[in-house]
Amino acid sequence: MISGRGLGRRFGERSVLSKVDLDVERGDFLLVTGPNGSGKTTLLRLLAGLLAPTAGTLEVAADRGRIGFLGHEPLLYRELTALENLDLYGRLYRVPERRERTGMLLERFGLWEARGEQVSTFSRGMVQRLALCRTLLHDPDLLLLDEPFTALDAEGAELLHAELADGAPRTRVVASHQPERIAALATAQLALA
Amino acid sequence: MTGYIADAAALARKDLPVELRTRDTVPSMLLFVVAALVVFHFALPAESSRLAASGMLWIALLFTALLALVRAFVGEREQGTLDGLILAPCDRSAIWLGKTLSVLAFLLFAEAVALPAFALFYEDVTWELVAGLALANLGIATVGTLLGAMAAAARARELLLPLLFLPLAIPLVVGGVGATVADDPGRYLAFLGLYDLIFAILSWASFEYVVTE
Repeated sequence: MISGRGLGRRFGERSVLSKVDLDVERGDFLLVTGPNGSGKTTLLRLLAGLLAPTAGTLEVAADRGRIGFLGHEPLLYRELTALENLDLYGRLYRVPERRERTGMLLERFGLWEARGEQVSTFSRGMVQRLALCRTLLHDPDLLLLDEPFTALDAEGAELLHAELADGAPRTRVVASHQPERIAALATAQLALA
Repeated sequence: MTGYIADAAALARKDLPVELRTRDTVPSMLLFVVAALVVFHFALPAESSRLAASGMLWIALLFTALLALVRAFVGEREQGTLDGLILAPCDRSAIWLGKTLSVLAFLLFAEAVALPAFALFYEDVTWELVAGLALANLGIATVGTLLGAMAAAARARELLLPLLFLPLAIPLVVGGVGATVADDPGRYLAFLGLYDLIFAILSWASFEYVVTE
């Protein structure tokens, strides 16, 4: 599903990723590890198509609309409510039975009661839960998650863990500097230096 | 095509609650345009011509529009939501169209206040002025939204946007003032229409390259 050869990315004079090779098959769970500044975020943004590589070749066999991306930013409008945010993304992603799917995800991630509140009033953990709802809303084939456990409490982390362990035929690439949480789920590991 | 319009409408519609809750853009536009018209009223000599009054109105409206344009993509850039929109499977030009529609709505709202103020301080509002404004609004919103997206990525966006936008807006001022004061406004209105058509196509076609690598 993903094939990268000699991947590299520079920002001006600074190289943040170089000579990365990776192959990810459909249904695989790739755990990307590495210290801060090793290029985990850049790699995920390359895979999402938000950045173009400055070296090497990359092929991702998933349409733009079939990728679920969670980065450092939640990609949510702070002034809109949780429901309004998911409704907007649901429309743009042509999610069938949008309202039911939105309601189900909000219930699953414990945000149903807060659905009518503006995201600006949410705690960081609630924002992360809502960002996960947004990422999963269109039932993506390829899930790209960058430090997804950030700010989640034990319950939230458990919910995310269950989602990642779900048997859905989904390819998952997760970057984390706390790999012990999900190492058992991973089918492959890529350590960036 | 239906999906494209629906995407643009959904993107435009979300700007309304955002603006109602933040009140970042429209109140500053209203305050600016009324204040500018009041100041110009006292700055112009009493015997000033209709030409001068029309010119002042167009200057005030152009700078009022800049307030909307400079804020147009700030939320998307600062909150990172532009990435979310870029990742969505909708046509990226629908993002431009949606934002153009919301900028247009803000401009119309400001002009709904500015025109009565103009009538109060200067002279009657004519159909030529309204027609010129309607066409100029389209040009301002289409070009300005594209440039607003470019400028929003820069740290000095408040400086960059006027530098990019004002030279391109000169034809709009020429056409708008011409339509308002000339004996034959049709020629100027046609010029504004042509400007709108050309720049709408250019902006629509180039937006994707502005927001992606």
